[in-house]
Amino acid sequence: MGNPTGWKPSMEKDAKTTTAAHAEVGAGGATRGIVHEEPLLFERGSTGRSGVSLPAAGGDFDPARELPAALLRGGVEGMPEISELEVVRHFTRMSSWNHGIDTGFYPLGSCTMKYNPKSSEALARLPGFANVHPLAPAELAQGALELMYRLERALSEIAGFDQTTLAPAAGAQGELCGLMLIRAYHQAHGNPRKKVLIPDTAHGTNPASSALNGYEVVQLSSGADGRLHPETVKAAMDEDVAAIMITNPNTLGIFESHIAEIAEIVHAKGGLVYGDGANMNALLGVARPGDMGFDVMQYNLHKTFATPHGGGGPGSGPVGVKAELAPFLPLPAVVKEGERYRLVVDPKERPQTIGKLREFWGNFGMFVRAWALIREYGPEGVAQTGKLAVLNANYLRKLLQGAYNLPYETDSLHEVVFDDKLQKAHGVTTMDVAKRLIDHGFHPPTVYFPLVVSGALMIEPTETESKETLERFAAAMKAIAEEAQADPDAVKAAPTRPFRARLDETRAARKPILRWSPGMKVE
Amino acid sequence: MEIPDTLKYTREHEWARTKGTQVVIGITDFAQDHLGDVVFVELPDVGDTVKKGESFGVVESTKAVSELFAPVSGKVVEVNDPLGDTPETINDDPYEEGWMIVVEPSDPKELDALMDAKAYRAFVEEQE
Repeated sequence: MGNPTGWKPSMEKDAKTTTAAHAEVGAGGATRGIVHEEPLLFERGSTGRSGVSLPAAGGDFDPARELPAALLRGGVEGMPEISELEVVRHFTRMSSWNHGIDTGFYPLGSCTMKYNPKSSEALARLPGFANVHPLAPAELAQGALELMYRLERALSEIAGFDQTTLAPAAGAQGELCGLMLIRAYHQAHGNPRKKVLIPDTAHGTNPASSALNGYEVVQLSSGADGRLHPETVKAAMDEDVAAIMITNPNTLGIFESHIAEIAEIVHAKGGLVYGDGANMNALLGVARPGDMGFDVMQYNLHKTFATPHGGGGPGSGPVGVKAELAPFLPLPAVVKEGERYRLVVDPKERPQTIGKLREFWGNFGMFVRAWALIREYGPEGVAQTGKLAVLNANYLRKLLQGAYNLPYETDSLHEVVFDDKLQKAHGVTTMDVAKRLIDHGFHPPTVYFPLVVSGALMIEPTETESKETLERFAAAMKAIAEEAQADPDAVKAAPTRPFRARLDETRAARKPILRWSPGMKVE
Repeated sequence: MEIPDTLKYTREHEWARTKGTQVVIGITDFAQDHLGDVVFVELPDVGDTVKKGESFGVVESTKAVSELFAPVSGKVVEVNDPLGDTPETINDDPYEEGWMIVVEPSDPKELDALMDAKAYRAFVEEQE
């Protein structure tokens, strides 16, 4: 067989890797390959083709006799008629258009896109866990209940709280739950109060959770160092304030070093301190929010404990609380009685509970994965996670300093926020840099958030990435910074390598097409 | 960047224009440029009251969601409803077709506390 390219593999010891050998390969190893154009399933197939063989309708069954006429329909217009192989190829091809943590680096700030170990996946698929029926009586589900009990104890210990509920389905529902607990607590003390204080670096979900619980949101400005200052809180604090919601470290990746004093100010007026645990990865095994004065905090198991997210979910948002809030926790809860475990479901046992947040036990599969990770790591491994997450972010910060502007010079923890100030002089924006990174084979970082930074590039590498990956990412970022000066148009034309180039995000948002219909023409 | 001399401005980048006894309100050229392509606006209803310095609506671009802050207090007498279907007007013509609401001010003197074009230009340059 001929060799049309003339390329030969080198067996030399100092042979360059393909990455270095081909200048057209991105720093993340991205290049071009065969990718298939793929129509919708609805646009495929042929009349009468089928991927399954269904048995003939049996006996004298007649749907028209069983169902009201209004609920019956004849044929379905445009229903795809396709073979199994066509379906398999369709989804396999579509998956090859995608980028995930198993494909490459995914430094989305605030999202903690860390590797999801396959051992956790294997354990979650053990038949005893995967097949347990959510209505199974406690005596037939002792193992699953024990796992929930142990996870609850571990999560309480890791963040420094007295009790934790596993019920919330994800981070935002955890926030909702936390605010409901705060409201129930104040209500029990005779006055639900009116306001929640939220710094300007907060995640957008914080004001939403407050508003859903009937609280007015008061925004607090962070200082020039990116931190919230006690005098700002003092000026806004009164006896109408139900709580302050603080993310620590905040979304600039900066530790709120005044947290203890802030908590004191809020507590002195009878308010509570809510912790958004989205950035818990930075503190893991090193510092405990419960020790800093937080009364309530939601975890995001899908961030901190490496359960899948970003389309692979579902999430899980356990909420830890101090003892005075424990009576209000949602149901169900697992209790240990002697050597047995029991699910508390009856509100009569917990008269002050806020009730049920989610059907059955919560997202149980995520509990198995998170518990597997915690046991695999042990206390030392959990602490190492926090330390390495911070080390990795600071290594990237050091590598990229100078090439990109750092709007806040305060020390970083687990993530670092740059902006596009230096690139803008050449007409290149954060969005262009993000798109160019795709050409190198990296998922872009979080962009244009937090809102306090104009043109923010928020990079969170997590502890699971190697030094080499961080260096390749930094090389790509630096190459883009140089290109922004030398050839800004090339950056603005990016991405050129992916199968779909720069998508029209504006049109997708203004005129979204969410549903296929027969005969539809899409330009 | 366009900053018409005849308008008054807030530090949150809204503009206010007097029309008889009423005040027309929108966002500035600087604001629309920084937001990028606007894809959604949420405005109050006619008859609602707005309060100076407080949020009266939301504007969302492909980059971010931002609140709109009222330059004056008063009652909403007119709303630019077509913006709901064509939010791009805010990018194309922020000072004319892209107006958002008209308010009957409860205290017209509040306008005096806003920046004039010169002060706003200096403020924007400082922001950049």
